[in-house]
Amino acid sequence: MEPKIQLRGVTKAFGPKKVLTGVDLDVARGESVVIIGGSGTGKSVTLKCILGLLTPDSGSIRIDGREVTALSTAERDRVNRQVGMLFQGGALFDSLPVWENVAFGLLSRKQCGREEAREIAVGKLALVGLKPHIADAWPADLSIGMQKRVGLARAIATDPEIIFFDEPTTGLDPIMADMINELIVHVNREVGATALSISHDMESARKTGDRIAMLYQGRIVWTGHPDAIDGETDPVVDQFVHGRVDGPIKMQVRA
Amino acid sequence: MKLLQAIGRVFLAFLGTTGRLTLFALTSVTHCFLPPYYPRIMIRQMIEIGYFSLPVVGLTAIFAGMVLALQSYTGFARFSAEGAIANVVVLSVTRELAPVLGGLMIAGRVGASMAAEIGTMRVTEQIDALTTLSTNAIKYLVVPRIIAGVIMLPFLIFVADVIGVFGGFLVSVYKLGFNPAIYLQNTWDFLEALDVISGLVKAAVFGFLVALMGCYHGYYSKGGAQGVGAATTNSVVSASILILCFNYILTEAFFGL
Repeated sequence: MEPKIQLRGVTKAFGPKKVLTGVDLDVARGESVVIIGGSGTGKSVTLKCILGLLTPDSGSIRIDGREVTALSTAERDRVNRQVGMLFQGGALFDSLPVWENVAFGLLSRKQCGREEAREIAVGKLALVGLKPHIADAWPADLSIGMQKRVGLARAIATDPEIIFFDEPTTGLDPIMADMINELIVHVNREVGATALSISHDMESARKTGDRIAMLYQGRIVWTGHPDAIDGETDPVVDQFVHGRVDGPIKMQVRA
Repeated sequence: MKLLQAIGRVFLAFLGTTGRLTLFALTSVTHCFLPPYYPRIMIRQMIEIGYFSLPVVGLTAIFAGMVLALQSYTGFARFSAEGAIANVVVLSVTRELAPVLGGLMIAGRVGASMAAEIGTMRVTEQIDALTTLSTNAIKYLVVPRIIAGVIMLPFLIFVADVIGVFGGFLVSVYKLGFNPAIYLQNTWDFLEALDVISGLVKAAVFGFLVALMGCYHGYYSKGGAQGVGAATTNSVVSASILILCFNYILTEAFFGL
């Protein structure tokens, strides 16, 4: 069966710095895959290449079998209509109230009028555990956890076929992080979407992923079921999963 | 050798920036004529530029007109040509002072605000979010600001013309002892339509430049708070320089011999 998302030999460099050196990854329809890896290993770059925010230097990225690396702006817009994205910091629009943030995709694509869009937004906010009165609040008035939830509501507002999650639990306390993980699992089940997350939080990866992929030195070095990762003998995976300083992964530390 | 390398690097960077700015300007202008439009955002920007800038531009204009009358009197009294003060004030204000000083004030107030707002959106991934929501960031963020700038600056400068001339009138009548009726008559007699029109055309061009530079520097800002700060400074400096350059070019075009 054709994968929903397929990456083959994707490379990306910024000047002399090679960030991605040949990423190969398949994400099946309805599957939830979490890409893990240390800071600066290219997780966000991979996601931005798939979303069209960055253009890879070489390689192929296919969504539903269609090559998406060299699309025109209009064609990319059409592809992005089936995509939802939860950004690391929420990326909510400060100048709009919460409900307009959530309904932004619906309104900009003219899928419905403002009244109906507001109703849908309130419904999506309820799905992520936020009360209706939050709809009229401003993003700046919300806590980080609430902003993430609003971001999640925005990501699912258009009932997308694919949802991307960029470090969904970063900066949250353990309880809030677990709540976001629960919500991700819940909305994935509810929406029935294909999900691709990036994270360095192992708890989150285990909880939200059907499969985990480890990115190291610009390529995927391991993929497998979350249950299999703890017993993995690969030294890179073992070091990352157990958070050890000693091992093949060298962190750049300034004296 | 290192000196040559440094000069080469600066030159290449300058060419790169010029090319990027030109492409940004062309893309933005093209999108001004292509739907979809965002009238709500455009109206919000028009109010921000036109209405909320009125006090700043009004104060600038009234004091510019007052000082001009005072200084003209000091100079013209030596040649017993005080009668030309009304002429000097109205021509200077409508042709030069109102559009240039108003444009510079708008560059400081509105251009900086645009660069800071769009720059913050860039570093907090809000512009990326727009793209993922199938919204063209140039159409959504840049076009409404440019159109608002081009429409509202002439309106503001027309008000500044009136206030500036009024400032000159106040000083001439209440401090220098001119007859108010004769002063107004002189003002009206010397004023030609081209004086006002040239100022308003300048204002439209300055509005475009201020919005363009604010949006450009904000759109390409990077590096967190420091990057946004740099974008804000660069937008004000570049818009101010461009206003002064284009002021000469337009003056030459309208009144050059």
